[in-house]
Amino acid sequence: MDISNYLYLSVILFTIGALGVLIRRNAIVIFMCIELMLNASNLALVTFSRINGNLDGQVASFFTMVVAACEVVVGLAIIVTIYRSRRSASVDDASLLKN
Amino acid sequence: MTLFHLALQVGRTATPEAVQFWLLAPIAVIAALGILVVKKAIHAALLMAWVMVTLAIFYIAEDALFLGIVQIVVYTGAVMMLFLFILMLVGVDSTESLGETIKGQRIPSILIAVGLLGLVVSLLGRATITQPAVGLATANADGNVQGIAKLLFTEYVWAFEVVSALLITAALGAMVLAHSQQTKSKFAQRDLSIARFRKSSLGGAAGLPTSGVFARHNAVDVPALLPDGTPAPTSISQTLKARGDMITSDGFALESIEEQED
Repeated sequence: MDISNYLYLSVILFTIGALGVLIRRNAIVIFMCIELMLNASNLALVTFSRINGNLDGQVASFFTMVVAACEVVVGLAIIVTIYRSRRSASVDDASLLKN
Repeated sequence: MTLFHLALQVGRTATPEAVQFWLLAPIAVIAALGILVVKKAIHAALLMAWVMVTLAIFYIAEDALFLGIVQIVVYTGAVMMLFLFILMLVGVDSTESLGETIKGQRIPSILIAVGLLGLVVSLLGRATITQPAVGLATANADGNVQGIAKLLFTEYVWAFEVVSALLITAALGAMVLAHSQQTKSKFAQRDLSIARFRKSSLGGAAGLPTSGVFARHNAVDVPALLPDGTPAPTSISQTLKARGDMITSDGFALESIEEQED
């Protein structure tokens, strides 16, 4: 097996995450799909780190994890705030600005 | 010239790693696809946790021991726990209808995703990596954690500081967002009493009549009799009425008692 298979797996997972963001409507599931995309990019970074033989990719991957953790904290707080005022976690229901 | 150069050759892995990859990667892809189709958010969370554990195994197989452990501790431990916590908070039973709100949005979405996949795979195929894969044996000579620490606290120390500021900001932001200030006082007994007297009629000002017929059937399941002999429907609990656990007070009305005595 070639090492580049990890890169292809990463691309597939990233695409699935992007598709999930496009077609799912529950805000929490959309958030999970964003996490999936971040994880997929982490896998690519780790694989490139292995290909190039230095640890810079792993450090970048580590920073991605920290940013993802921040994003989850703030995003879930926003979801809870929206849920508290609108009693729904669906992104279609937050349409006050539509008309 | 072919459209897709699928075979990017960078270096072979050992056979055990290949076996592990071909065992786990399809399951990870299937689990990721499952996130797209399951109805309940809690099932999506479990599938997501599985994908994350698989990725952690891949990290460890790719000589990224530290990241593998961090992946399990931070992602499957903390982040997914946070997701499950929020799911419990907003109602675990809520199922999402998978029908589309915007007409004809799904097909273009799938086409865009397939296009993205083709684009990046083709890009990977065209990429030129001049030397074969080096491997991390020399970089990890002092240990993976030591190697990352050396980079993190020398070359990337400024990024590290900025990220710490970001973490603090995120924590503060979450606290500000989740904090709810009570803008009006609670509806207490005093407000209830005032509201009763502000109604158009003072009929209910003294409260609802109590249930039961005095000295004959003094129970909660029988409506009280008004002075004119008719039963008062407001005297009985709505719950009992809905359950059908009430009896009529006709048998205790004055005329029927006189009939019984005759």
